[in-house]
Amino acid sequence: MNEILKVSNLDKVYDIKKMFKPTLKLKALSDVNFHVGKKETLGIVGESGCGKSTLAKVLTKLEAKTSGNISLLGKDFDAFNASEFHSAIQMVFQDPYQSLNPRKKAFDIIADPLVINTQKSEADRKELVFSMMKKVGLREEFAKRYPHHFSGGQRQRLGIARSLMLHPQILILDEPVSALDVSIQAQVLNLLLELQQELSLAYLFISHDLSVIQHMSDRIMVMYLGRVVEYGTRDQIFNNPLHPYTKILLESAPSTNREKLEESITVKGELPSALNLPKGCAFEPRCPYASESCKHSVPALEIKQGREVACFEAHA
Amino acid sequence: MSDTLLNVEKLNIFFKSDKNPEPIHAVRDLSFSLKQGEMLGVVGESGSGKSITNLALMGILGDSAIIKADKCTFNNRDLLTIKESEWQKVRGGEISMIFQDPMTALNPFLTIEFQLVETILAHINCSKKEAHERAIDLLAQVGITSPKDRLKAYPFELSGGMAQRVMIAMAISTGPKLLIADEPTTALDVTIQKQILTLIKSLQEKNNMSVILVTHDLGVVSEFSERIQVMYAGEIVESGNTSDLISHHSHPYTYGLLSSRPGAIERIPKSMLPSIPGIVPAFHERPIGCQFNPRCPNVQSDCKTGAIAFSNGLRCLHPVTDKKL
Repeated sequence: MNEILKVSNLDKVYDIKKMFKPTLKLKALSDVNFHVGKKETLGIVGESGCGKSTLAKVLTKLEAKTSGNISLLGKDFDAFNASEFHSAIQMVFQDPYQSLNPRKKAFDIIADPLVINTQKSEADRKELVFSMMKKVGLREEFAKRYPHHFSGGQRQRLGIARSLMLHPQILILDEPVSALDVSIQAQVLNLLLELQQELSLAYLFISHDLSVIQHMSDRIMVMYLGRVVEYGTRDQIFNNPLHPYTKILLESAPSTNREKLEESITVKGELPSALNLPKGCAFEPRCPYASESCKHSVPALEIKQGREVACFEAHA
Repeated sequence: MSDTLLNVEKLNIFFKSDKNPEPIHAVRDLSFSLKQGEMLGVVGESGSGKSITNLALMGILGDSAIIKADKCTFNNRDLLTIKESEWQKVRGGEISMIFQDPMTALNPFLTIEFQLVETILAHINCSKKEAHERAIDLLAQVGITSPKDRLKAYPFELSGGMAQRVMIAMAISTGPKLLIADEPTTALDVTIQKQILTLIKSLQEKNNMSVILVTHDLGVVSEFSERIQVMYAGEIVESGNTSDLISHHSHPYTYGLLSSRPGAIERIPKSMLPSIPGIVPAFHERPIGCQFNPRCPNVQSDCKTGAIAFSNGLRCLHPVTDKKL
């Protein structure tokens, strides 16, 4: 079984209800397709509002999908019962300050998934928790401490330990290092890489930081306003981006190589509202290469140079 | 070269604390100067004292702070001795500041117009009508489309990037000589980050304004500022011209920061990143000697005895010699 997660034609529409006004439809995700294999990392990049976090929520059943198919370990997403589901897919959240219960001790935070989903004895739980703490680099005496005793990096380790307790096959990492200091980021990224090797985990790595995505991912999906605009291997996306949005994202990332400053283009304007999408390509109002056809119809994902791109102007 | 605008020598900031009888020593012997029209990038992690220094320069640290310095002059004024009435002219008028989160820095109950006009009237002697026109002009300068309509907007009606533009308009409305930008783009997306930084840079050049750009991202400062100052645990550990510092840094902390960025060099994907072990020490448990010694790969016994002097832009006894990243 090589394919851990397969998503096809996924849509998520939110109804925006306001009193005395017609209900509006907000398309948070439209027609998203991708798959993640064993031991593989799929990086998801995009600006805020592009649907990255909605995708994470739908995949962890925190939000219900509107339509489309998701299969996890070859089985339909909806056919799982709760504890089976949680043992297959888990999530690490962005903000380690808000995602841990401040009134629980570290031990209880890590042991909770076992208490809820398994019938393990107390002694077994203890052993499993301590071995997991060791794995993520937390000392045994930390078990009795509360979250506020820990630093940001240690809290993120706690969050990772909690997510691994049920031995999931795939972890969804929603901006796992963006709340951490630079010198701590590398420590947590290294831990994630080690764990992936050791436990054969698949990762869905969501981040807005391109250098992190480049380092961590095997394949990359670039999203813009709920749609996939480019989807390919790391080398394809970073060495030869085809979609104008991908190009601009790569060029906007600050870097310590100064030469870059001269030749770069800055994108105009900001993300349009998802409630009021342009009729054609969603990126058209900001795109430096936009042509007439971009205004009228939405480009479909097509295979160009071995990767999928949704752009009329992306030529071979 | 132009004149020195800001000169700080041996600035020390302490905080009184209920728990400790001794005040907490947050910023130690900070000395730096800034020329007119120059952009200085200040890099450091949380707890390095960069924000406290800025608040001290603005004179907005609370009563629990004790500020001591040998010298702190701004535009030929001694900031240590001036009265509150004088401060009110300096603060907002000659030194202004942009904060990290534009959404919480703007008052949600008041329109952009009210907040902008209020700032202008407080510092510039002009009529309300002139202030209104100036506000429209400022919004246009910072790249806000249809500035007349936007004036009537409330902060929640703006996106993060727009709100930050409004903050910048407000900060430059009084024609300041020094602009302090404290993590101005941390809350924004990369494409918007670039727009905002380019805007600050162009305003700096156009108005011959000095800028202190505070950030934790070495990439940001190296693209935009002329000089860089790296701070760690309340001290400057290394400073220099941007290009020199990026290519010839010597402090193990700067080296660690630069080399642990995933995009610093061509790397084998998914290989282990060099990382700095441990965390920044808290204010009340600072080590003796070099502040970085518990985390430093080059540490030796003399690092742990006395304070280390800052000379030739470096505070280190055993700098990095092999500079290959």
